[in-house]
Amino acid sequence: MSLLKIEDVWKHYHGLSVLRGIDLEVAPHEVVCLIGASGSGKSTLLRCVNLLETIDDGAIHLDGTEITDVRADPDDVRRRIGMVFQAYNLFPHMTVLDNITLAPRKVHGVRPEEAEARARELLDRFGLAGKAGEYPDRLSGGQQQRVAVIRAVATDPRLLLLDEVTSALDPTLVTEVLGVIRELKETGMTMILATHEMGFARDIADTVCFLEGGVLLESGPPEQIFSAPEHPRTQAFLQRVLEARRM
Amino acid sequence: MTDGQSAAGASEDTKPPAWVKSERQLRREAELRGRARRSVSVATASTIVVVVALVVGITSSPGWPRVRETFLSPEAFVAALPDVLRGFVLNIEMFLIAEVFILVVGLLVAVVRGLRSPVFFPLRALAVLYTDVFRGIPTILLIYLVGFGIPALQLQGTPSDPVTLGIIALVLSYGAYVAEVFRAGIESVHPSQRAAARSLALSHGQTMRHVVLPQAVRRVIPPLLNDFVSLQKDTALVSVLGPLEALRQAQIHVASSFNYTPYLVAALLFIALTVPMARFTDHLAARAARRRTGGGTA
Repeated sequence: MSLLKIEDVWKHYHGLSVLRGIDLEVAPHEVVCLIGASGSGKSTLLRCVNLLETIDDGAIHLDGTEITDVRADPDDVRRRIGMVFQAYNLFPHMTVLDNITLAPRKVHGVRPEEAEARARELLDRFGLAGKAGEYPDRLSGGQQQRVAVIRAVATDPRLLLLDEVTSALDPTLVTEVLGVIRELKETGMTMILATHEMGFARDIADTVCFLEGGVLLESGPPEQIFSAPEHPRTQAFLQRVLEARRM
Repeated sequence: MTDGQSAAGASEDTKPPAWVKSERQLRREAELRGRARRSVSVATASTIVVVVALVVGITSSPGWPRVRETFLSPEAFVAALPDVLRGFVLNIEMFLIAEVFILVVGLLVAVVRGLRSPVFFPLRALAVLYTDVFRGIPTILLIYLVGFGIPALQLQGTPSDPVTLGIIALVLSYGAYVAEVFRAGIESVHPSQRAAARSLALSHGQTMRHVVLPQAVRRVIPPLLNDFVSLQKDTALVSVLGPLEALRQAQIHVASSFNYTPYLVAALLFIALTVPMARFTDHLAARAARRRTGGGTA
């Protein structure tokens, strides 16, 4: 059974349709990469899955229950989903450790010592051992984003959403964040990534989905999408990406 | 995947060149020092000219001898100082007590205005009504209304002491202002912070308490202190209810001696209290500005 099932989801902003009937299924331990130009609806789709946006039609199911049911408790849904944002969104008034342990302590009822031990273990594993007591603005962008990833996985979510997590980073810092994501894949984390890193998507994804104008035009294994895309719009997009890289 | 991996390696074989100040930089710095000296001299000269013009202008006015006698009498100053100072202690007490309640009322009203649940609609409406009404009434009018209105109700347990009534009026008036300051602070926290907190499954209340308010309160400290400078002065308005605070004591002395110097005594005391507070506010604001521009992006 699929872990996440998105059924004919529509979303409008001020009369503009940002998502036009998206269908997508994600199996446990699967890594799905959403690619497409800015404004194609990748971020909106992720925000809808996390209920940060309410959808205008369709349904989203997590573990077999509909989370877009208006009677469902959004906090209960979000307890099972982690999310990482493009701009990190760390809490600037808290140390790295407090950023990571806030949700485990306040939402999941984990004892402070346990939450701290787990946070330190994760920091250690992702090369941030010495940074527990630092405030976010003392860290580099790459370090901040790695902390944000740790914060999102510290509650052991069923599903992790990553919204263009490397777009705000300079190229030398991108690899350290991608390394963390690669490691999460090895632990079996189910993930949906909106990304502009085509090489990385090709490398890590089980399924690549191409979105344009709020429509999921084509999806399939990365070899197929990147080497032999069927849809002319996908071909055009990948062509543009390729040209941009050559410059 | 350890930090600083990319930075290492470069420092081993290729040493960066050491800096020796160039001839050009030395000339540049000498020119800047010269300019700084000139600025100081110009500022000093212009200050002296302005001060002399003011002193000459005022002291040569036809009414000056009379003003000096009625407002600047050393004897009257010394005679009034102990009483006015004793009254001023009451002003400070009223200020300190009112301040605590104002912070509580202001924060409470601001938080209530941000509640989403329909259950809280009446509370939310009340909070809006409160800020609208009490920001609209001049503080002195409110002091009259509370000071003479509440005792007139003759209810059991209502305070009749003018100091208490004065404090209540000040809290009602300033609470409305401070609520708006807090609300502005709450709204200044970027929505992405809320999104991050909610995505971690924190409830609205938890998000407010752990993420939004700590950041909001830090941001509004300078404007809050500004309101408190204003509150320190407005404690003098309570004099209309009769308690023997600084202004009242000064009035008593003026009434018996027909010399206005006691008012000057009171004014100087208020200045002595508000100036340090104002400087402290400036200092905090400057520090916040430095953090925003110098420090990180957060």
